[in-house]
Amino acid sequence: MAIEVRIPTILRTYTDGAKAVEGAGGTLSALIDDLEGNHPGIKDRLVEDKSGSIDLRRFVNVYINDEDVRFIGGLDAELADGDQVVVLPAVAGG
Amino acid sequence: MTRYDDLLASVGTTPLVGLPRLSPSPDVRLWAKLEDRNPTGSIKDRPALRMIEQAEKDGVLRPGCTILEPTSGNTGISLAMAAKLKGYRIVCVMPENTSEERRQLLRMWGAEILSSPAAGGSNEAVRVAKQVAGEHPDWVMLYQYGNEANALAHEEGTGPEILADLPGITHFVAGLGTTGTLMGVSRFFRGAKPDVRIVAAEPRYGELVYGLRNLDEGFVPELYDASLIDSRFSVGPRDAVRRVRELLELEGIFAGISTGAILHAALGQAAKAVKAGERADIAFVVCDGGWKYLSTGAYEGTIDEAEDRLDGQLWA
Repeated sequence: MAIEVRIPTILRTYTDGAKAVEGAGGTLSALIDDLEGNHPGIKDRLVEDKSGSIDLRRFVNVYINDEDVRFIGGLDAELADGDQVVVLPAVAGG
Repeated sequence: MTRYDDLLASVGTTPLVGLPRLSPSPDVRLWAKLEDRNPTGSIKDRPALRMIEQAEKDGVLRPGCTILEPTSGNTGISLAMAAKLKGYRIVCVMPENTSEERRQLLRMWGAEILSSPAAGGSNEAVRVAKQVAGEHPDWVMLYQYGNEANALAHEEGTGPEILADLPGITHFVAGLGTTGTLMGVSRFFRGAKPDVRIVAAEPRYGELVYGLRNLDEGFVPELYDASLIDSRFSVGPRDAVRRVRELLELEGIFAGISTGAILHAALGQAAKAVKAGERADIAFVVCDGGWKYLSTGAYEGTIDEAEDRLDGQLWA
């Protein structure tokens, strides 16, 4: 199952400069583990241990088909073949 | 009421306009809150005036004071207008990659502009403004990202106005920048009509804007409370431009590019309601008119060309 994952500039040191990589997994959590296998170190930049449970880092936003995963289950958000995942640092608007 | 004592008194009470041609069916309707009808042409007149009045009430802002604010444009323009009428000096910190129209307007209303680097977008403007505030402790930074008066302007203004005009509202969709509009309007509806779904549309810029030195430089506005939002969408320039052109083509409304992003999210909610066979009245915010963005090239040529031209610009 192939899922396209778009990587922000700041994390491309883990993907040999690639703007997008392919991954697999039925949930965001599984996808991140799959990415870690091919791009060691990236997981630690995306998630952190918050008092015993793993969660997305505060300044990391992840979108599945443009929807913020924090509102569709977070790391348990479901993924399907052909979905597009975008990872972006949180920035200010206004 | 159509007569006001002065321009500042005319902020708010904007029209809510139906969009019969963009709405998918008589049961699933879209409504545009025309915030471009405010005095300086954007929704930011509401929080700007409210923040100034609150600071005056608190005794922080006194005659002769200098106001300092990080802004990508609209908030600065609104503050500059109010500052001019009230006799304050104003300094705005603005990213370099903002449209020339916004700079000209700021200067006309008397603001002094300090430029912050394009890379990093508004994050850098916030960082520079905080640094300048440290160097000038007597200047008053209203700080729209963390000022409760920003959200309050919408909780007591925008929200109640929409409910009065659209008692059957099911969804509210707005842009996510300082988060003030969504936080305030949501807080109002959570009390007055808790079943209204609150939907955020966040602009997705080109890579330059996300070119931070490290992830810890990321920024989440102090006002933001995720529990007040039901879903949040990231909308890129391609969808924003496509929708902002449809809005003019089908409904005659000439809006700024960020409104295209909001409309895109609103249409997504409309499609969902149609699919589920549910009735929906979806209100969304038209943040400003398109005038300030003509030079960005978003309104001419093909969508591909517009998308290319917007790359690296702070278009929302």
